[in-house]
Amino acid sequence: MTDLKNINIEKSLELLKGKKISSKELVSFYLKEAESNKELNAYISLNSENAIKLSEESDKRISKNTTRPLEGVPLAIKDLFCTKDVLTTAASKMLNNFKPTYESTVTQKLWDAGAILLGKTNLDEFAMGSSNETSFFGPSINPWSKDKKKYVPGGSSGGSASAVSGNIAIAATGTDTGGSIRQPASYCGIVGLKPTYGRCSRWGIVSFASSLDQAGPMTKTVNDAAIMLDVMAGYDEKDSTSADLEKTNFYKNLKNNKKLKIGIPKQYKNDQLNKEIIKFWELGIEFFKKNNCEVVEIDLPHTEYALATYYIISSAEASSNLARYDGVRYGLRKNSNDINDLYEQTRTDGFGDEVKRRIMIGTYVLSTGYYDAYYLKAQKVRSKIIDDFKKVFEKVDVIFTPTAPSDAFEQGSKIDDPIQMYLNDVFTAPVSLAGLPAISVPIGLSSNNLPLGFQIIGKRFDEESVFSAAKIIEQNANFKKRE
Amino acid sequence: MENSSNWETIIGLEVHAQIISKSKLFSGASTNFGSEPNTQVSLVDAAMPGMLPVINKDCVKQAIKTGLGLNAQINQRSVFDRKNYFYPDLPQGYQISQFTKPIVGKGSIEIDLKDGSSKKIGITRLHLEQDAGKSVHDIEPSKSYIDLNRSGVALMEIVSEPDIRSAEEAQEYVKKLRSILRYIGTCDGNMEEGSLRCDVNISIRKKGEELGTRAEIKNVNSIKSIGQAIDYEFKRQKEIINSGGKVDQETRLFDEKKVETRPMRSKEEAHDYRYFPDPDLPPLEIKNDWIEEIKKNLPELPDTKKENLINQYKISSYDASILISDKNNVEFFDKIISQNTKRNPKNVANWIIGELFALLNKNNLEIKNSPIKAEDLGELIDFIEDQTISGKIAKNVFEEMFKSKKKAKDIIDKKGLKQITNIREIESLIDKVLNNNKDKVDEYKSGKEKLFGYFVGQVMQETKGTANPGMVNEILKKKLAN
Repeated sequence: MTDLKNINIEKSLELLKGKKISSKELVSFYLKEAESNKELNAYISLNSENAIKLSEESDKRISKNTTRPLEGVPLAIKDLFCTKDVLTTAASKMLNNFKPTYESTVTQKLWDAGAILLGKTNLDEFAMGSSNETSFFGPSINPWSKDKKKYVPGGSSGGSASAVSGNIAIAATGTDTGGSIRQPASYCGIVGLKPTYGRCSRWGIVSFASSLDQAGPMTKTVNDAAIMLDVMAGYDEKDSTSADLEKTNFYKNLKNNKKLKIGIPKQYKNDQLNKEIIKFWELGIEFFKKNNCEVVEIDLPHTEYALATYYIISSAEASSNLARYDGVRYGLRKNSNDINDLYEQTRTDGFGDEVKRRIMIGTYVLSTGYYDAYYLKAQKVRSKIIDDFKKVFEKVDVIFTPTAPSDAFEQGSKIDDPIQMYLNDVFTAPVSLAGLPAISVPIGLSSNNLPLGFQIIGKRFDEESVFSAAKIIEQNANFKKRE
Repeated sequence: MENSSNWETIIGLEVHAQIISKSKLFSGASTNFGSEPNTQVSLVDAAMPGMLPVINKDCVKQAIKTGLGLNAQINQRSVFDRKNYFYPDLPQGYQISQFTKPIVGKGSIEIDLKDGSSKKIGITRLHLEQDAGKSVHDIEPSKSYIDLNRSGVALMEIVSEPDIRSAEEAQEYVKKLRSILRYIGTCDGNMEEGSLRCDVNISIRKKGEELGTRAEIKNVNSIKSIGQAIDYEFKRQKEIINSGGKVDQETRLFDEKKVETRPMRSKEEAHDYRYFPDPDLPPLEIKNDWIEEIKKNLPELPDTKKENLINQYKISSYDASILISDKNNVEFFDKIISQNTKRNPKNVANWIIGELFALLNKNNLEIKNSPIKAEDLGELIDFIEDQTISGKIAKNVFEEMFKSKKKAKDIIDKKGLKQITNIREIESLIDKVLNNNKDKVDEYKSGKEKLFGYFVGQVMQETKGTANPGMVNEILKKKLAN
């Protein structure tokens, strides 16, 4: 029998189309695996009954040879995507009981392509966090954890990363606001792509920071990421910030021999950076050189301001986006005879500490008297950061950097120190501010035997070059996935 | 307004005009007024998680049209901002509005005043924003209900410069603004239904002195209330200043029943709205071609129509301004003229402004609901012109038409009101009256000329007023001279 545990999307499609396995077998297998690996806490809910039903329909299509691009493939979906009639919590007590009557555009595209919802994955509450520890449903665990030590899977898409890495999902969706796909991908040794802002519709995804949020694939291989992105991407008239572009064909056009000019930002190579990471960085540069790519040093002068800028802008937007959770229409409500008391009690009880912290930061930076010093200044810095990248991309095709400043850390080690936690986003946040596409690809294991990923950043809407560069790292690193 | 001469009132108005559009500003939900609660609500209007606003192009077009109607600058790039505050009928927890970069900039409108003068009032800006829902408190004593039908409906906030100096000017400004909106079809101007709402900013000062502190009066929802609120505020602020006090900068609410204003919220409750650009909406870019195209197809504006009435029909400026004040008036007038171009425009205007308006006002009716239709009034006027009836009889017929909705011809026929214009008939009537009043004829001839009126009266009485008065006069004079 085929090893279903270690298959990816590409392989699944091959087996399904070749009728080597049925979709029902595949779905049942992953449901069973998910059930028996509950300690990962990767899923908030499983779509057990419905997934089986849908797999039977897929099998009918397969037998009639009327398959669609992802026919019969089960996928894990971050519990931030609204799924029709299926519990959608954003890992918050606030939406503990919330079943949307609508389906997000991205997930609808996946279902229309024949994919099957396996379950909804854990995340940091409202996608705010870098360790998955802020989830109302408890933290998800990094499958690379060992010797009783529990490592975080990263966040916010920690459940998705944990599920794919732990082989209880073939692939998953994530969302990335300041690194929420890339950092957990790096920590869990999988591939995670944040597409260009506007590439995928945000409609139906619970908003965190509207100018930064972007959905993307979290997969075992670069090819799988391309397959998924081709389905997820596309203009949506319901999202005014989505880009009206031609249908993508990244998977078909994927090349691994593209001669690319690679930029290495000198500002990212600072003294505090872990020696081990520098070693892998040099290794990656060697891989590119070996593949006829030119590697040059580049200058991103405003890098040091990016993290602060990111936390000001994302928190400002979040403070406003989360105002709708007021207990009046849906979700948690703490009853009271006084409306202000109702708001206060509902939001005190419904939101966790990190969410409250961001709402307070966001409210503060938008307040009269502070707006100019914080929010407005942050917007100006954001423009400078965008310009930095624009200038650099006149000279290079992609930029190569570490994804995160370290490998996965132990659960509980940073949760009480928000600044340490926020530093996780130091390499990913600038990219988000500029709206650029970036992927994290595993490059090797740290001395701690934990995965490390590296980030490849591309020009706006040039995911093609990002995939090509990622393929070079993937093939040369020959990273051994968890079995 | 009893504006004592050394005081000056400084008034600026903020008018919220609901845009006529099939669907809301950022969602596809319908905008039907008076529907069952919460039936005109989309997922976006209810602010469900993950829902995003998409600008309704029709509403943008309406704002551009209005801007052009106000002789205003159309900004080709404008930005939507979020105005953040918590309120149960504000589902998003913020209102999408335009703060620093509105779609329409400076403009102006001209108002006509009772003393025959006219005045230009500056428009500061017009911006697009969402309406909130409605809280309903009177269904149950201990509960409030929310109706989101209005949530997300498109509004234009039109802000005037502080150019207004009296209640009359404020009222004329709103009337003129309303008439412009109705002419170009961007707002129905219906204040009772709340599609046009008004906030009044008012301060007073001694002439020549620095500007005073202003109070903002909210929810002034009729032309009458605008006058009352301003009068009340003027007195209130004057008393405060005269007694050595200081006017607070505050938001006050006008109470229609008590005819007074009172503070709405204290300073501690003052909001910090934390405006910032809505990251869900890119800046609104408008191409010049589109503005030009809208300009080309813009309906005739009240001021242009007024010019036409004055130049083409020689109607007085005052009458013309009354006619144009409501699009329905002009349509009524135009209909009567166009049905028979021989009709005298001045007469037609007099009938509408005089008799028709008097009866409509008395019965609290609007011209569009007039029991006398344009064609019926036209017919009546024709009967006067061709001397079928006299002007005096016509007024009675008119009242009868108003009451019974019958046509003039039917009333005239049925009541035998047709004017007697036959000389023989009138002569024999006069002969009869003179024969019956020989003594009075003698008195007249001996110098008591006042009796002439008595003879006329007798003749008219005989004919129930249908004798042609001119002919009666003429013939009577001749007969009495003999």
